[in-house]
Amino acid sequence: MTPDHPALQLWPVAASATAVETDELILAFTVLTLVLTVPVFIAITWFALRYREGSEADRTPSGIRSNLIEISWMLIPFLLTLVFFAWGAKLFIQSKNPPPDAMVVEVIGRQWMWKFQHPTGQSEINDLHLPIGQPIKLRIISQDVIHALYIPAVRMQIDALPDRYTQMWFKADKVGTFHLYCSEYCGTDHSVMGGKVTFMNPGDYQDWLVHAGAQQGKVASGRALYQAYGCAGCHEPGSAVRAPGFAGLFGSQVGLADGRTVTADAAWLREKILNPNGDRLAGGGKQVMPSFAGRIPEQELGLLVDFIRSYPATGHAAEATR
Amino acid sequence: MSASGTIEGAARREPHVPESTIGRKPDYLHAESTLRSWFFTTDHKRIAILYLTSITGFFVIGALAAGVVRLALIVPNGAIMTNDTYNKAFTIHGVVMVWFFLIPSIPATFGNFLIPLMIGAKDLAFPKLNLTSWYVFMGGALFTLVAVVLGGVDTGWTFYAPLSTAFSNSWVLPALIGVTIVGFSSILTGLNFVVTIHTMRAPGMTWFKLPIFVWAHYATSLIFLLATPVITTALVLLIAERAFHVGVFDPAFGGDPVLFQHLFWFYSHPAVYIMVLPGMGVISEIVPAFARKKLFGYRFVAYASIGLASVTFFVWGHHMFVNGQSDLASLVFSALSFAVAVPSAVKVYNWTATIHKGSLRLDTPMLYAMGYIGLFVLGGLTGLYLATLAINQHIHATYFVVAHFHYIMVGGTVLAFLGGLHFWWPKFTGRMYSEPWGRVSAVLIFLGFNVTFFPQFILGYLGMPRRYATYPPEFQLLNVLSSAGATILAAGYLFPMLYLVYSLWFGRKAPANPWDARGLEWETASPPPTLNFERPPEVPRIPYDYPIQATEAKDQHR
Repeated sequence: MTPDHPALQLWPVAASATAVETDELILAFTVLTLVLTVPVFIAITWFALRYREGSEADRTPSGIRSNLIEISWMLIPFLLTLVFFAWGAKLFIQSKNPPPDAMVVEVIGRQWMWKFQHPTGQSEINDLHLPIGQPIKLRIISQDVIHALYIPAVRMQIDALPDRYTQMWFKADKVGTFHLYCSEYCGTDHSVMGGKVTFMNPGDYQDWLVHAGAQQGKVASGRALYQAYGCAGCHEPGSAVRAPGFAGLFGSQVGLADGRTVTADAAWLREKILNPNGDRLAGGGKQVMPSFAGRIPEQELGLLVDFIRSYPATGHAAEATR
Repeated sequence: MSASGTIEGAARREPHVPESTIGRKPDYLHAESTLRSWFFTTDHKRIAILYLTSITGFFVIGALAAGVVRLALIVPNGAIMTNDTYNKAFTIHGVVMVWFFLIPSIPATFGNFLIPLMIGAKDLAFPKLNLTSWYVFMGGALFTLVAVVLGGVDTGWTFYAPLSTAFSNSWVLPALIGVTIVGFSSILTGLNFVVTIHTMRAPGMTWFKLPIFVWAHYATSLIFLLATPVITTALVLLIAERAFHVGVFDPAFGGDPVLFQHLFWFYSHPAVYIMVLPGMGVISEIVPAFARKKLFGYRFVAYASIGLASVTFFVWGHHMFVNGQSDLASLVFSALSFAVAVPSAVKVYNWTATIHKGSLRLDTPMLYAMGYIGLFVLGGLTGLYLATLAINQHIHATYFVVAHFHYIMVGGTVLAFLGGLHFWWPKFTGRMYSEPWGRVSAVLIFLGFNVTFFPQFILGYLGMPRRYATYPPEFQLLNVLSSAGATILAAGYLFPMLYLVYSLWFGRKAPANPWDARGLEWETASPPPTLNFERPPEVPRIPYDYPIQATEAKDQHR
């Protein structure tokens, strides 16, 4: 499931009570903005027409003392806006103090992916599944530069810092799949560092933890790694480098340059990632892939192989499912 | 003074009796014509022209980079250029526009040219220092320009650590060195202005006879002097960390990355007022001249300039509401940010009140001024949205922020710059520009600007993060609209570059005071002689001595 995208959306979906309150605040603020600015715009336009040079307007001074006007148009808007300061501050304080029973999800940001770990141990990359009706506290840290986790559907973001934890909490109340972004500029693939957050009914979430959480999570995680390590830049169909694709690869017989034939099984794929110069392919192009030995941890190699295993026989990585 | 509809001097508007030239000394432009006489000049007017040409060049480079950014964002999937190219393009745009155009824009050109004229002095207090500051500026700017354009830098203009110190593989170091050097030019200029305004006012030119333009530049100069050393320190620390692994900001070396943000915004928030205050000064000169009326609440506006320059030092934390700073700090910074809005609002209401019962001429400078007021109001109030804590958590670092600061910086500073350029063009060059073309361009820029940036408020509220090379497809329509607006804006910028340059050779000769405006700069010839005044100027009884005076003048100018 991916978020729906109409061609022109004018208001973002709100998936929590705080999001709705934030919307009310901004709408009320907009009303105040209009009250303060529309008179200025109307006055400027009206004066520009009324008092154009040569017009027969009455230009006798109004005789009002200016100090009184000055002080009133300083103080009245200021006091009006202070109401909004207080309103915003109240919501802010509320959003900074999670209830003690909140479910804690660990979040690690790094160039350029998000890793999430559920309290029961299941982990996901870039995608996040959460139950509704339950306060969720995300405990966030970064492994490298500063990132920021941003979920517009709950109107919330917070930086992921490399040296200390930050946190965000919310209670989603709407089932659905929404965007999740990195909102603090973090280098080359900043705009790809994101995914989907799926809010589910608590029962569905338990199911997901038990069934899909382990399996579907692995393929999705592998796909995220495939993007994050830049594999997709060359191996995905349509890329400029035209490296061999993965469609139908797993388990097939692969002809090598030295005349041998091997089966593309998990062990061979793992070895090929770590040592691309070994087992040159028959009819393959120039070998340009760098070795990933020492760069990809063992657990992630397994996820990548799982991803290749489930790569669809035709089509693109996005369709890889299990 | 007459307060009726008949305006003396309106007849002088189409002046076409040539002025006597016999026995007159050549003006500053024609006094000497060698390259040496330009590059080694100590005449504040010539240095202003050096700045004007160089920042126009930087503006073109920054605008081209903006064009690349808007081009990339026509498609959501990044098909037009790689993410790295996009990141380098927005870094060029930000670095060049902020550091090399907006910050020097009005102060180094108009301020340099006009402050001595407005206070009745023959030059700035330190003419050689003035020239030095231009060389320092050019040295630093060209150094950085080579780094960001030829090498490429992908950190954004904000250079956040540890991305800039440990992770970026681009030409960060030379870019940082160049920006650091440029800072010294700001300090020198600020120092020069402060000393000049204190010590070189003509006899009788008391503080409360100074035009608001001078007040605004005095306030700006204080920010130059007090804030720039902080960014210099921060940048030097970045350089030390990147080049020599001195641990300051990178936790890997025991540093704290949030410290950099504090130092950065301690300068960069006041820097917003380096960009905004001079623009307010320009508008405060244009509006009374074209309304034929004294500026409403002169003293309030003067105090508001100093007030803004002071309060602006206490709000830097509002850039950091989501970076883990303490909740108490966020509350205090939020409240103070609301307080900044007050002196800003004073000015907008005062300009509006100045127009009331005036006698308006809608010439090009006035069109820019009115456009400025509209855009600045929107920019300022959307700043209050961002200062509201709960709203900030949603729209921080989204296109809402991008739209907000473009309303302030383009809608504010650039429109004021263009308005001022047209207003004082006759004084700078001795030539009149084409009025019809001027009006067409002003309207084009206003429309193009709004089509470009208004959709970005919506994009931001919908949740599109800034600095994104690729984005979800549902945002494409608004992005295409924004890019389309940018082409209108580009046309609006192109026209003045053509007709203003054309006027240098083919424009009508300008009289000393083509707008029948008040202020000492209009008392001397256009262009002025090298030493500014043939005879000591007579300081008027009150500032903004226009035909229409409201009664409040009696209360405030005893």
